[in-house]
Amino acid sequence: MAKSIYEKIWEAHVVHEEPGQDPILYVDLHLIHEVTSPQAFEGLRISRRKVRRPEMTFATMDHNIPTTDRSKPIADPLSKRQVDTLTANCKKFGVTCFDMQDVRNGIVHVIGPELGLTQPGMTIVCGDSHTATHGALGALAFGVGTSEVEHVLATQTLLQKKSKTMEVRVEDVLPPGVTAKDVILAIIGKIGTAGGTGYIIEYTGDTIRNMTLEERLTVCNMTIEAGARAGLISPDATTFAYLKGRDFIPKDKSWETLVSEWSKWASDPGCSYDRAVVLKASEVEPQVTWGTSPGMVASINGKTPILSQLSDPNERLAARKALKYMGLDEGMPMRDIQPNKVFIGSCTNGRLEDLRAAAKVVKGYKLHPRIEQGLIVPGSTRVKRLAEAEGLDRIFKEAGFEWREAGCSMCLAMNADVLNPGDRCAATTNRNFEGRQGKGGRTHLVSPAMAAAAGIAGHFTDVRDWEFK
Amino acid sequence: MRSFTTLTGIVAPLDSLNVDTDQIIPKQFLKRIERTGYEDFLFYDWRYLEDGTANPDFEMNAPRYRGASILLTRDNFGCGSSREHAPWALDNYGFRCILATSFADIFYNNCFNNGILPILLPPETIERLFREVRAKEGYALTVDLPAQSITCPDTARIPFDIHPFKKECLVNGWDQIGLTLRHEDKIAEYERKRGIA
Repeated sequence: MAKSIYEKIWEAHVVHEEPGQDPILYVDLHLIHEVTSPQAFEGLRISRRKVRRPEMTFATMDHNIPTTDRSKPIADPLSKRQVDTLTANCKKFGVTCFDMQDVRNGIVHVIGPELGLTQPGMTIVCGDSHTATHGALGALAFGVGTSEVEHVLATQTLLQKKSKTMEVRVEDVLPPGVTAKDVILAIIGKIGTAGGTGYIIEYTGDTIRNMTLEERLTVCNMTIEAGARAGLISPDATTFAYLKGRDFIPKDKSWETLVSEWSKWASDPGCSYDRAVVLKASEVEPQVTWGTSPGMVASINGKTPILSQLSDPNERLAARKALKYMGLDEGMPMRDIQPNKVFIGSCTNGRLEDLRAAAKVVKGYKLHPRIEQGLIVPGSTRVKRLAEAEGLDRIFKEAGFEWREAGCSMCLAMNADVLNPGDRCAATTNRNFEGRQGKGGRTHLVSPAMAAAAGIAGHFTDVRDWEFK
Repeated sequence: MRSFTTLTGIVAPLDSLNVDTDQIIPKQFLKRIERTGYEDFLFYDWRYLEDGTANPDFEMNAPRYRGASILLTRDNFGCGSSREHAPWALDNYGFRCILATSFADIFYNNCFNNGILPILLPPETIERLFREVRAKEGYALTVDLPAQSITCPDTARIPFDIHPFKKECLVNGWDQIGLTLRHEDKIAEYERKRGIA
């Protein structure tokens, strides 16, 4: 029978199944970071347990770390204690840790693929909801809580119930100026932020097939914002070309053998899904969120909603609250919204292609006088170095942007990069929740090119009409 | 893990859709390395005013909801990040049971791993409970997990569904790691077959 990639990976990883219990699923790669792991290691210590497979466990510090001078100690004592705790735990339990000084350091979901740790057919977990990102390489990857982090550390497995499957097929050629970020925002707008709850999403269709691997990472990254824990894309030539030569690709097998093994994970033609959704890429315009949930999104040529036109009373209430928090009127053109900050980075859009797309818009321009801060934070130290080698840092700096060290930074503002109350930010991140980027801060989710254009124009503008210099 | 069998408690309303984990506990409180002491940070940005005093407009702050152990809310509760600090904060504050029309997947799992019972109820039942909670001060419910039913003060019992294995783990307070390690031989056998040395 024809099987989907999810079914294939699931079946290959069930360790034990018995009636009345959740199956035990094997975990091939466990990624950890400083925020969601300390209590898990503490649990191991209390129960006198070891890490079962330290060689399958990799740690990075990303959420708390400063994006300024790395040679100085972390100023915030609580952040410092959390980062130091990760270092100590990794040392005690024998786990490889890419610390702040390591060239392999970066956001956990940027470095997994970049180092070739993430490979097709793997099961991957991390105490972080954006673990869905890794699905772009054909891995079953999802976020877990700290209790489950401890469970995986101790047993290299998880108790898991099988999910339903949803096919999200994206068809047609993506118009110029419309990006992977716009596609995933449009998908969330279409199915809703809880539309994927209980499902694993597989992205299919020619639009997805024609995307670069980095674009696919952006799509899978925001799967959790549609409510689904994991989003996958069947591996193909694009996947294999991306992986070739990366640090952690097995050396004991020939490249041909690896490609042949990886190819087998792809969904069989004609396999079935519990639900299917189709999106026409040709109809997608650049997207901008107006509210406090990623599903509150409109096209750049659209407007904020008119409350009386929303039929569901709870939805109307939510929209009213969101517009109030965002300081926006109903029926307001998206183009009239004026940010005073720009943030380009995160596990959603902090990779080299993202920085290139933003730099292309910025080149030859200056930040609008209204913009008080434009932050560029690469997703990893390697991304930063590659961008510098291409001269992207100079383009940004000449325009008035700040060029920083890698990390999660202002995506969730756990370090010193925080919005002030009332700030309005054009952000390439994944969540526009109240206070996400700082208490009272207002976030508009957009693609890197759209964020850059808003920074130059001083308001959101259609990047399809941009005059590139 | 702490077990859950029956609970009688005051119900507090949280009338919002898509309450995300950044609202349940904002990120500045995720820097701690402990599992306890999060009670004062729950719903922080909604609960307190700029000067740190209680926000009178936040419904749950009303004295009548003091000591509540059951939280009543709406769609997609707990969406967003995987932070287990969210159920820790709810638990530390005193909530042992959450009633909603739907929950985000990761949050839902995290509740069970912390002895908190999340119950899914139909929209009309949630709507009715919101009305009843607001109409009667001291409104309390009795939740009986083994019987899968909720006893209301004046109206009929409300039955609820729950995954049998999750129920069994919660009723017995089973340590999941201990449960899995009973099958350690099978894990070792799986690793041998895969050539994981």
